[in-house]
Amino acid sequence: MDEPVGRSRGVFAILGAPPVLWLVVFFLVPLSIIWAYSFGQNVNLTRIAVDGNLANYAHALRPLYLGIIGKSLWFAGLTTLLCLIVGFPVAVAISFAGPRTKAWLLLLVMLPFWTNLLIRTYALMAVLRTEGYVNAILGFGWKGLAAVAALAGLHMPAFTPLELLHNDFAVVFGLVYVQLPFMVLPLYAALDRLDRSLIEASLDLGSSHLGAFAKVVVPLAMPGVVSGVLVTLIPSVGAYLTPDLLGGPSSMMIANVIERQFKAADDWPFGAALSFLLMYMTFAAMAAQAFAGRRRSPT
Amino acid sequence: MNGPIIRFEGVGKAFGRTVAVDDVTLEVGEGEFFCLLGPSGCGKTTLLRMLAGFETPTSGRILIDDADVSLTPPNKRPVNMVFQSYAIFPHMSVAENVAFGLRIDRVSAPERRRRVEEALALVKLEGLGGRRPDQLSGGQRQRVALARALVKRPRVLLLDEPLSALDAKLREAMRAELAQLQASVGITFLMVTHDQEEALAMASRCAVMDEGRLEQVAPPADIYERPASRFVADFIGQVNLFEGVVVETQGGRIRVQSADLPAPVDVSSEAEVHTDQTVWIALRPEVIELWPRDGDDEASAPRAAPPRAAPAVVRRATYLGMASVVEVELPSGRLIRAQHPNRGRRDTDFRPDEPIWLTWEPGAPCLLLR
Amino acid sequence: MRAPPGPLDYLRRWPLRAWLAATAVFLYAPLITLMAFSFNDSKRNIVWRGFTLKYYALTFADADLIQAFVNSLTIALVSTVVSLVLGAMTALLLWRFRFPGKPALEGALGLPIVVPEICMGVAMLVFFTEVLPWPTEAPWPLNLGSIIISHISFSFSFVAVVVRGRLASFDRSLEEAARDLGAGEWRIFREVLVPHMQPGLIAGALLAFTLSLDDFVITFFTSGPDTTTFPIKVYSMVRFSVTPEVNAASTLLIVITVALTALALWLQGPGVTQTPQAGEGLLP
Repeated sequence: MDEPVGRSRGVFAILGAPPVLWLVVFFLVPLSIIWAYSFGQNVNLTRIAVDGNLANYAHALRPLYLGIIGKSLWFAGLTTLLCLIVGFPVAVAISFAGPRTKAWLLLLVMLPFWTNLLIRTYALMAVLRTEGYVNAILGFGWKGLAAVAALAGLHMPAFTPLELLHNDFAVVFGLVYVQLPFMVLPLYAALDRLDRSLIEASLDLGSSHLGAFAKVVVPLAMPGVVSGVLVTLIPSVGAYLTPDLLGGPSSMMIANVIERQFKAADDWPFGAALSFLLMYMTFAAMAAQAFAGRRRSPT
Repeated sequence: MNGPIIRFEGVGKAFGRTVAVDDVTLEVGEGEFFCLLGPSGCGKTTLLRMLAGFETPTSGRILIDDADVSLTPPNKRPVNMVFQSYAIFPHMSVAENVAFGLRIDRVSAPERRRRVEEALALVKLEGLGGRRPDQLSGGQRQRVALARALVKRPRVLLLDEPLSALDAKLREAMRAELAQLQASVGITFLMVTHDQEEALAMASRCAVMDEGRLEQVAPPADIYERPASRFVADFIGQVNLFEGVVVETQGGRIRVQSADLPAPVDVSSEAEVHTDQTVWIALRPEVIELWPRDGDDEASAPRAAPPRAAPAVVRRATYLGMASVVEVELPSGRLIRAQHPNRGRRDTDFRPDEPIWLTWEPGAPCLLLR
Repeated sequence: MRAPPGPLDYLRRWPLRAWLAATAVFLYAPLITLMAFSFNDSKRNIVWRGFTLKYYALTFADADLIQAFVNSLTIALVSTVVSLVLGAMTALLLWRFRFPGKPALEGALGLPIVVPEICMGVAMLVFFTEVLPWPTEAPWPLNLGSIIISHISFSFSFVAVVVRGRLASFDRSLEEAARDLGAGEWRIFREVLVPHMQPGLIAGALLAFTLSLDDFVITFFTSGPDTTTFPIKVYSMVRFSVTPEVNAASTLLIVITVALTALALWLQGPGVTQTPQAGEGLLP
């Protein structure tokens, strides 16, 4: 139970001042500068004039960049969908496990996700590249098949390794790989809270297992689904490392463009505008979740 | 008993618009085992917490040893509390818990050790000083809470529903132990409970509260035998209440006529009443005696009822082992409860629709004015 | 003899088991092969040629890499200490007090957690160029200041969440009991509240440490050629090629972060994976 400040004004000030000051100076101020720059333009090589113009935002909505924004949303959406499809059964499996198994399974799902993002993405590079493990296994199998075919007098062409890296496929694959645990946790949390006797009642009344899931479990687990979607979608839209390492020249996402504005192209105002567009999208998604949550449960 | 050690003068407490305690004036004498009793929400815990210092009264004042402590913070009051959840510090051993208050009082280390051992012996936990709270049972944790509070030798010990978390057998054992403890230590105990049996068994005086107000303050026997109001009569034990009108008063004897009873009832009471005043008669189930009846012939009625026995019919009997609870219908149609002890006689066998006579001792009915 | 699976015993039926197994393979295979091949005596990295530790030796001999690692550690340590203090203060403030503007403050404190890393990265870059230019020629470790400050800015909110979660389970009657026995504010804080907070503080510290050690994007924008961190250095190695040396360095980083996070979880107590708030405890 929290209490009003009342007589503990001193404690309140001591506890509150440093964090608030830090937050303002080293977080809100930098973000505000970026926000201001998004309305500015480059005057010369070193100065930026903030004149309240919307040129940068307009620039961002040009086809080239609109396309990249659209692509980012597309990648993020696809990733989220895939994570949902793969992750839902995993969450179900864990929530129906016994208490000890449950803890271990959760640990198992979370462990990869504690490792560095860079390393996880790098590991995928080793798997997907033309000399990578997938192609090595496929190549091995192909050679085996070719040997068998040769015995029958058939000639098979040489194995052409699949182009699995440095393209859109790799980016989505990588995003799913990295975000999957984010999706599983909220799903599991929602499923774990579910009253098992509801499924039993459904079965008792004659539905199949899948039917029970579709009609009872999924609707009741919706808040968890919404949570999971949000927690997967937002980081995916703003991903930098995954498209950078796994993508091809045409797989750029918003974050890569922003980075370029600040490093190579030196167009800070434009980069600022793009950054804030990304932030507005993030806030919009969060608002949508809050709104959906409130509409769903009047409690 | 010396002068009152605790005085509540017109104490009230409101939380916003809810009135938790309403104008309570009460005195507790030194050495008493005083009990605050009432249903949940009656304000007893709030009153206790105001004495401990965790709530400030919105009106009135509280005095301990004639000093106004209404605004004194809890850590400066000469009272200590045993919390309902015991509130044992989980990261300290039993001995460290008990020594906590002594360290604040800057008691020297050897003296501290001695007093902690003394306190642990008092609550029968000698030798367990090194244990950690999660290694103790509920009953043991309660004793630690007791020892921790008592070791500081407070003027008053406050207990917030001390037995509610214990199982039935342990509760009974602790009742006796707490009463003994209080007698041997001699400190004033102020206890809050909603369990009337507990209050009757342990207290030297009880205050029954309802909706923030005191209903009656008296020793347990008086509360049970001479309740001051219908609320008290109904809250403690079981009771049959009859609304009636005073028809005659004559020097300590009051005659009351009730629509539910076949004949007027005489009560001896010093209460100031006038004719036609609405009053109530309280009859506890155990004072009603049941006799077999053979028709309406009064000649066959047992002697003993003032003015005479009342004819009635059994509606339902529940056998409880040591007694039977018999629901009985009076000629007026009113249903009342009677409790018939099991003395092993054959006439404990009551059947529905069986006609019976009801009688009671002249002094059994109690007059209630509110 | 185990009883046959009941109707709701989904996990004991093969479809879900198969799905779980497949997901596990999907998640772990790349990482395990990466770690395994760090011991592979081959530059090409596909075929197993023999066990060797020479790439680890190479890693440890790489002066730049070691310097980067030392930088990362230093940054992480300083960032953790300051984040812990700021985060604990925030948690205490929000737990204890009710004041006008509290929802706004809670919202503001949630921002570092939700704002995309790239946005924060560029914001700090601009800040340290325009507002507070950081002397990069300053002696070590002062030259790491801009990175440290950035790390603190995003970690202390996480620490606050963790500590606040722990504070929520504090039994107020312990505080009242201490007060009843005569304790003043400072003693109550020191002897009753802090012991209760301890697991949260440790978990928060470990979380801040791993967040800092692992960070790439924000550090990417605030570091320079003389102030590289371990992930940045590994990134530049990775851009060039897939070599066993990188595998070795990566394996080391994996082991460190996993060990630390496991420690944090263990210290947070047994209930952490059973609660719906598991997400907050486990998400870095």
